[in-house]
Amino acid sequence: MNSQTDKTLPISSTDDIVQVRHAVREMVVQLGFSLVDQTKLVTAASELSRNAATHGGGGTVSLEVLRDDRRTGLRLIFTDQGPGIPDIELAMKDGYTTGGGLGIGLGGARRLVNEFEIDSRPGEGTRVSIIRWK
Amino acid sequence: MEHIPIIKMGEFLLVSIQVDMHDRLALTLQDDLTEQIVRTGARGVLIDISSLQVVDSFIGRMLGNIAAMSRILDAETVVVGMQPAVAVTLVELGMSLKGVHTALDVDKGMKLLRSSLSRPARSPAREKSDEQPDG
Repeated sequence: MNSQTDKTLPISSTDDIVQVRHAVREMVVQLGFSLVDQTKLVTAASELSRNAATHGGGGTVSLEVLRDDRRTGLRLIFTDQGPGIPDIELAMKDGYTTGGGLGIGLGGARRLVNEFEIDSRPGEGTRVSIIRWK
Repeated sequence: MEHIPIIKMGEFLLVSIQVDMHDRLALTLQDDLTEQIVRTGARGVLIDISSLQVVDSFIGRMLGNIAAMSRILDAETVVVGMQPAVAVTLVELGMSLKGVHTALDVDKGMKLLRSSLSRPARSPAREKSDEQPDG
C-alpha cells in the first residue's frame, strides 16, 4: 500500500478547526468521495480537532492519501502533547466528558470512519488515526 | 467581532447561517439570539442551515441550546433545510437533536411556527390577536 503525507496542519486553538475541515473537504472532493462519505470524514475531523485543541492543549493533524490496487482512502492522524487519556475505554463511551461537552466526540468520530486507532499515554499525549475508504 | 445577522419579521426572528461556523461564532449566535428574543418579545425563531455542509457535535449542541433557551423565553425554535448528508452523519455521530423542531424548508418551518402560535398563548388578549384563519 502506498501512502504519502500530503499536508500537515496545526491545531493550536478551536479557531483552527474550520481550516482542518476545509483541508479535509478539499482532499476528499479531489479523491471523488461521495457526499455522505465526505461529510462523515469532515465531521469526524471536526470532532477530533476539537479534542486536540481543548483537551490536548493543541497539536497537529496530518492528511495522507492511501492507495493500493483496489481502493483509495484518506488517513488523518491527530497528535497532541496534552495530558493524555488515562482510561481510553471510558473516554470512548458516549456521554463521558471532562470538558463540559456532550462526550460524543471520540465514540462518534469512530462511528463515522472505517478504521480508528487511538494511542494515549498519560503525561505524553494522544495520537488518533482514522481512515475512511472511498 | 463577527456576528450572524438576525432578521426580525413580525413575531419571528430569522437566521440563515451562510458561513462555516467556527466555535466562537456559534456561541455568539446563541447569545445574540437569546438577547434578541427578550428585546423583541419574539415568539418564534427560524434557523436556516441549508448552507451548512457540516454540523458536528458542537454546532448540534448550540442548536439544542438555542431551542431550550428560547423555549424558556416563550419562543419556539425550528431548524430548517438540513442537508441529507448532514442528517445521516448527525445520527451516526450520536446526535438526534432531541427537543429541536425541524422542517424541510423555510416555508414548512414558517408554517410550523405559525401553528405553534395558534396554540394557547400567554394571555387571552394576545391569543385572540394572534389568531389567523387556517393557521
